[in-house]
Amino acid sequence: MAKNTLYNKVWDAHSVATLPTGQTQLFIGLHMVHEVTSPQAFDMVREKGLKVMYPERTFATMDHIVPTRSQKRPFLDPQAEAMMQAIERNTEEFGVTFLNFETGKQGVVHIIGPELGLTQPGMTIACGDSHTSTHGAFGTLAFGIGTSQVRDVLATQCLAMDPMKVRRIEVNGTLRPGVTPKDVILYIINRLGVKGGIGFAYEYAGDAFDSMTMEGRMTVCNMSIEGGARAGYVNPDDTTFEYLKGRDHSPKGEEWDKAVEKWRSLASGPEAEYDEVVRYNAEDIQPMVTWGITPGQSIGIHQTLPRPEDYDDSGERQSIELAYKHMKLKPGQRPDEIKIDVAFIGSCTNGRIEDLRAAAAVVAQGIKAGKKVAPGVTAFVVPGSMQVRKQAMEEGLHTIFQDAGFEWRGAGCSMCLAMNPDQLKGDQISASSSNRNFIGRQGSPSGRTLLMSPAMVAAAALTGKVTDVRQFPAA
Amino acid sequence: MSKIKKIEARGVPVVGNDIDTDRIIPARYLKEITFSKMGDYPFYDERFTPEGKKKDHSFNKPEYQGAGILVANSNFGCGSSREHAPQSLVRWGIRAIVAESYAEIFAGNCVMLGTPAVVASKDDVAAIQKWVAANPEAQLVLDLEAMILKVGDHSYKITMPETRRNALLEGTWDSTSLLLANKDKIEAIAASLPYMAWTQD
Ligand code: SF4
Repeated sequence: MAKNTLYNKVWDAHSVATLPTGQTQLFIGLHMVHEVTSPQAFDMVREKGLKVMYPERTFATMDHIVPTRSQKRPFLDPQAEAMMQAIERNTEEFGVTFLNFETGKQGVVHIIGPELGLTQPGMTIACGDSHTSTHGAFGTLAFGIGTSQVRDVLATQCLAMDPMKVRRIEVNGTLRPGVTPKDVILYIINRLGVKGGIGFAYEYAGDAFDSMTMEGRMTVCNMSIEGGARAGYVNPDDTTFEYLKGRDHSPKGEEWDKAVEKWRSLASGPEAEYDEVVRYNAEDIQPMVTWGITPGQSIGIHQTLPRPEDYDDSGERQSIELAYKHMKLKPGQRPDEIKIDVAFIGSCTNGRIEDLRAAAAVVAQGIKAGKKVAPGVTAFVVPGSMQVRKQAMEEGLHTIFQDAGFEWRGAGCSMCLAMNPDQLKGDQISASSSNRNFIGRQGSPSGRTLLMSPAMVAAAALTGKVTDVRQFPAA
Repeated sequence: MSKIKKIEARGVPVVGNDIDTDRIIPARYLKEITFSKMGDYPFYDERFTPEGKKKDHSFNKPEYQGAGILVANSNFGCGSSREHAPQSLVRWGIRAIVAESYAEIFAGNCVMLGTPAVVASKDDVAAIQKWVAANPEAQLVLDLEAMILKVGDHSYKITMPETRRNALLEGTWDSTSLLLANKDKIEAIAASLPYMAWTQD
């Protein structure tokens, strides 16, 4: 059992009671709500004749279903419009703040929480979405929940939870040029497996995380769930506090100083004990790309696609064979032999301003070398939030993308899960900065997804095939 | 809430590791604002071609219609937290799941619906899948008190987290009322958390 870690401190501070089942009743400090997993939950609260217990701790937005080309209401898709009206009605009736287009703060739920300073160290955070683990970047305990649990948090601000184990994942040394936080987490998932994290919270630590920006830490924590870990976190430090200072909902004045003092005390100290510790060298990590149908089926850009015979576990081999069948790829192929049809930059993994800057830097290099989006490739950029979009436009990033032939869109989840008009067609293959390459994930049952960093997606868009981003060194 | 102690039903195997919730229910069916029609959609894209023709999938086979115990492999239900996934299985007729392992959010969602998601060893799951395929008409008996799954003449040992088992056995798997019973304690914890007092503007 882990002791004295941030996980333990936050868990204990939020433990309300032990339930008759033996589970812990855990208080939830921040509840984020989006349009897809909440309508049934609000209905259940209504049916039980209950209210939202802490409406001021609950924030809603819309992201999954919103179109990104024209965001005019009513939406063209009647189902999307009905879903919008449901969240409007529900937030109004239950007194929940709704961050819609009019507020200028709409965006992917895991992008706007941190951006608005709602996400703060030491909190417990829940949302009806598995990538809630993103918020762990701030030293929170944040996890995705199902709709019946959304009901519980709405009605009681609590969840019935089983405790987790804690695995500390250290990455020490210095990341090589061109290697991004996305590559780090793809590497970790490749090593520990897509179910390696079941039962664990991941604590990310070591030099690589100490020197990583908050946005990079969010990218890593975001994909904890792809490694099976329901939560992942980085201990709060000066980088965290600097990011939070002055944000809309951050504490101000004297409260700020007290908050920082409190937050500092939450970090796992030298006395912390873990259920497990694993260590990796930052220098071993190369730009990564997935080739299969789980986020763990990835290789370094300099490697070749694996051979099923090399896996002795029959289940693993079966999964790899299914992956080859679906992806229409061959063992031994080099990544740069894989041509792409679509390039998607966005999502709660990589739809923040630093991601857009990194991608734009590659595109700018390409433009200098006379390149544009390769013929036959559809390329588009979807900022994670309205505020990210605004910032990017102030920096002129949109014109760099547009000059090269990328489309510049409104904020939303877009082709990350394709519950909106942004979908692959037939067996198109995408280079995507999102987090899931599951069969059918991007809207077409036979569609194929290659996950990589946003800079790598930009490089692939320019060449029309998977490309080592280091061919476009940042100026 | 009903107490769930024993489930007797026919089995249906779904073979393969890492079957994610996008495969269990494609995102386009998440556009509906109620769960009422979810029973039409489980494994939709694995069961039907884009033109609507039936593919080879156990949920399509006549011998498994009316089955209630799903037998799956490892990391079942990984990926998205969508409760639509267990909802679609349950509304299709699944009342319990036996697998080598589950993604946690999925297993938790199952319990919230009063559906046991129990674990059996890899070898046992393989044997059960094989047996069910040969005897699709036979009843399996999942006994949550004895933690045993009876399959023909065999009894297989099954496991699940004790807390979740208690919730099912005691009929407290719909947790809202349990949580609400501690209203005073909720307020006490809320008052003890520094961030609850910070000015929000
Ligand atoms: S961007 Fe993708 S992973 Fe993130 S919340 Fe939206 S759909 Fe989910």
